[in-house]
Parts: sequence; C-alpha cells; structure tokens
Amino acid sequence: MKPSGLNVLVIDENRIRAAIIEEGLRDAGFDQLTVIDNMHGLARRIADLNPDVIVIDLENPNRDMLESMFQLSRAVKRPIAMFVDKSDEASIEAAVEAGVSAYIVDGLKQERVRPILKMAISRFNAFSRLSRELEETRGELESRKVIDRAKGLLMRSRGLSEDEAYALLRRTAMNQNRKIVEIAQSLITAASLLDPGGKQ
Amino acid sequence: MTTRHAITAGFVPLLDSALLVVAREMGFAEEQAIDLTLLRERSWASIRDRLAVRHVDVAHILGPMPIACNLGLNVPAPDMIVPMALGLGGNAVTVSPALWQMMADNGATAGLDARANGGALRKAIELRSGAPLRFGVVHPYSGHNYELRYWLAASGIDPDRDIEIVVLPPPDMGDALAEGVIDGYCAGEPWNTFGVLRRGGHLATVKAAIWRSSPEKVLGVNARWGEANPEAMAALLVALHQASLWCARPENHEALAALLAKPAYVGRDAELLLPALNGTLPVGGGEMRAVRDFFVPNAKAATFPWKSHALWFYTQMVRWRQIEHTADRQRIAAETYRPDIYRAALKQLGIAMPSASAKVEGALTVETPVGSSGALTLGPDGFFDGGRFDPDDVDAYIASQSSG
Repeated sequence: MKPSGLNVLVIDENRIRAAIIEEGLRDAGFDQLTVIDNMHGLARRIADLNPDVIVIDLENPNRDMLESMFQLSRAVKRPIAMFVDKSDEASIEAAVEAGVSAYIVDGLKQERVRPILKMAISRFNAFSRLSRELEETRGELESRKVIDRAKGLLMRSRGLSEDEAYALLRRTAMNQNRKIVEIAQSLITAASLLDPGGKQ
Repeated sequence: MTTRHAITAGFVPLLDSALLVVAREMGFAEEQAIDLTLLRERSWASIRDRLAVRHVDVAHILGPMPIACNLGLNVPAPDMIVPMALGLGGNAVTVSPALWQMMADNGATAGLDARANGGALRKAIELRSGAPLRFGVVHPYSGHNYELRYWLAASGIDPDRDIEIVVLPPPDMGDALAEGVIDGYCAGEPWNTFGVLRRGGHLATVKAAIWRSSPEKVLGVNARWGEANPEAMAALLVALHQASLWCARPENHEALAALLAKPAYVGRDAELLLPALNGTLPVGGGEMRAVRDFFVPNAKAATFPWKSHALWFYTQMVRWRQIEHTADRQRIAAETYRPDIYRAALKQLGIAMPSASAKVEGALTVETPVGSSGALTLGPDGFFDGGRFDPDDVDAYIASQSSG
C-alpha cells in the first residue's frame, strides 16, 4: 500500500541530517516531501505548503513560531497541531530522546502518522550515531599523529627503531596506567620545552 | 548528615535565567546540598518537551506556560506546578527607526511613557497606509504577548486587526527589525538593549511602564517530580531565594553581567546585560533613561507566586480567544501557582512573606506596607491605564475586556 497522500515537511538547519531524513522518508514511499534547511521566511513558506505533518529538529529555535501558527489556526477553526497523540508518551519520549519533534494536523489517524515519526526518529538516531563515529575517527587520527611524532623523537634522540620506540611508549603507559597517546603528548611537550628552537 | 539532591533545570538564555545561574555559580545550590545541572534550550517548546519527558525536573519558564500546560493548550502537556516566580518585569517594546520617527511625529517621547507613546502609535497607525504593522513576540502563552496586547488595546489599537503579531526567536528579533521583516517587538533582555545598541532600534515603552511590578518568568516544576521530591524542591527554593538576594545587590551587577555573558549562559556581551540590571537603559539615538523597577529579582515579594498573577494570565488567554472561560478552567489556572509550597519552604528563613495568596492587581499607586509575616512593602503595581484586576471577580474582568 502506498503510505502517502500526506504532505510532509522536514525542517532542519543541519543539511546533512535533513538529507538523511529525506532519503529515509522517500524510500518509505512518502513522495510529497519538502525539506527546508534555511529558516528565512519560514512562516510564509509553511503557510504556502500547508503540510499535514511537520518534522522539525528539537533544538530549532523557530519551534515557538510553529506553535503559534497552529494556535492561530485553531482560532480560525482550521486543523490544529498535535504532538503525535497526548496519550502516546512512549512516542513522545522516543522523539525527544532522538532530538526530533513532530507537528501533525489534527484529524489524521495515528496509524498514518506513526510510520513517519518512526522513520524520522530512526534517521535522527542514525545521524547522531554517524556524527559520533566521525568524531571518534577524527580523535583516533589525531592520536595516531601524536604517537607518530613521539616515536620519531625517540628514534632520533635514542637511536631506537620504530618498533622499539613504540614498545617503550607502550611500556611506559602501562607502568603509569595512562594511555599511550597521553605519554606521547607529554613527551612532545617535554621535548619542545627542552629544545624550543629545535624542530619537533 | 544532609541528603544530597540532584536537580536538572532547563533555561533559555535570557537575563532572567539569572536566579538559576547564580544559584549554581555562586554556591547557593551547593549550600543546600544540591547538585544543580543547568540545561540550555533554544525554545520554550523545547523546555516544555524536556519537562514532559523528565529530561529536566524544573525550568525557567514563561509565567503563562505552566497554566497553558495544565489547561491542555500545550502538547505534550506535563502536569506543572509553579512554587516560585523568578522576578518581576524585565521586558520592553522596541520599534524600528522608521516607526519611531512616525511615533515621534505624533507625540511619542523618549520617556517611555506607555500612555503617551501608545497614543502616538495609534495615530501613526491611523495615518499610514499599506500592510498592517507587524510586531514580534516570543510565544503565544507569554507575558510578552499579553502585555503588548494590553498596551495596544488600552491605547485604542486592535492587536488582531490593526497590527499583525508574529512569533520569533528573541535572538532573531533585532535582525528582523533591521531587515524590515517586523516593525517592532516585545521581548526580554538582552534583546531590547541589543536591538537598540546594535540594530538601530528605539524603545517605545517597557513592561514596567505598562504594568509596574508585573509577573514574567517563573520556576516551572514537573508536578510528578515535585510531589516525589518535596525536600529537593524546598531546598531549591531556598537556594533561589538566596540567589535573588545576591542578584538584587547593586554591587553584584557587574559580576552578574559578566557571569551571564559566558557562552554557557546567555552568551552575549556583558555591556548588553548590564543596563537592565542597573535599570538605566539605552532608548535609542544615544539616549539613556532610568526606569524604576525595570527588572526586580527580589524586592516587593518578587519571587512570590501570586495566584492573582496566574489568574490575570488566564483572563488574557480568554480575552485573546486562546481558550473559553469556565469556572473549572479558572480553578485549574489558579491552582497552578503554589504560594503554599513557597511559604513552607522559606518559612525557616524568617523572611517577610505576604500572608495573602492573591491581591487586587493595580490597586497600589505607591509603595505600601502590607500584612505579612514580617516587614514587607509592595507596589506600586499600577496598570498604565488605571485598570484594576480583582482576582475575586474574574468574571467581571473578563466581561469588561470582551465588551471593548
């Protein structure tokens, strides 16, 4: 069954995350999809698009504006906004944990909306996992560079081979119950203090 | 041995988050054996959501918002209680240079007088043509929205027909004003000082001129957390009370501005935060004006959660058609604010506290000693149009405002 017919709007200042969510929703068959990553003139564009569901990142400061749009539309007896369903605490919690918020036009059946929210939550989670992994990889690369420099210092100053230099760093780290990268960093700092003019 | 309490509080980077920030940074929370964690949020919606799912136990929140939650106007809607206010006043209305010029041509002065400048705005609106003026506020359920509307309506301007009111994030208001997206806005600090000093805006009036000593931010507590942790909540109220005393001392204002300026808190230059603390504000065109009671963190029972404040917010929700009035809803609004918890928590300090839980708002034209458990003066608390709100006659107040 085609899930769509629903007009979905994704608002996210983070372009990469917006693209990841868009891809997920399109794959799931939601093809009436608009993505906004630039907040300029947001109110006007939402009014023009008149979406059934809005998915927005929780940290977006424009959320208060969104809430006012829905509150206003209630005053003129148009559909109102809901956060999934008042009673569905688990969904709300999962959404907030993931950092996503959804505004849903009243009258939409929950089962029509739930797949959208589930997809958005899983994509938000996938994005934070990706960011975390990227961060870790970056950290690992940094560490490797520091260790390589420390090895070079030891090889030059003590005439050690690369393997011997690494073994010395590792042994010292084990003895002091510290990380190899910390010992390497201390060594580099000490070397630069002892020989400020030298290349290190 | 004292039990330690771990409390997580949400806040939005604004001047009146000061009490929570000072409670943590100046050791007042620690004195009460509280490990106070502060979580910075960029929208009130986010504060509410995190209260609902218990990411935060308590929060710096717009005074009307916990009432809106309990009335089911907000979703998700955690059950909320308000055991303390976080000060009085603190907002202002800033307008664009073009609108200020039109107002000045029609009798507005730099004196910030709400009546004169409201009248000037009305004349300016009558004389201009084209699309209606657009004003920004921070949230539909905010003191900003209600005091702006009160000022406009009492000045003969229909806030729904004669102008357009839109919601914007406060940090965007100065830019929106400079770009001509809006013609004015009502926001908290530092965003008026920012608009005036950095974006060429002009102050039209201030909250303290529209309604002196009026309610603004409060401590919103997730009711389930509060009921399960009464001792932690009481300890927090004591810490916040000590923080409010510290914030009120003029000799601490520079240090407070520097503290709030840190990126973890408001994250804006101290020079933008100091004017509101000192009560001498840049109004535009290089002029400064002293404003009595611009922001009151401690005096005049500034942290007391008056039921009459809750009820006034409720009457404005009704007035601006956010909700229909029923006796039941009125009761829910009044019961959201909890002076009983405030009194019980602070009794041990032997400080002056109001003995009543509600008062006639706008009745005091001068500072007045009141019946209390100690020496306490309140007011003046007048509305600029001489209006009075009697919390014992909510129906009459609502009727008088809807007939206008």
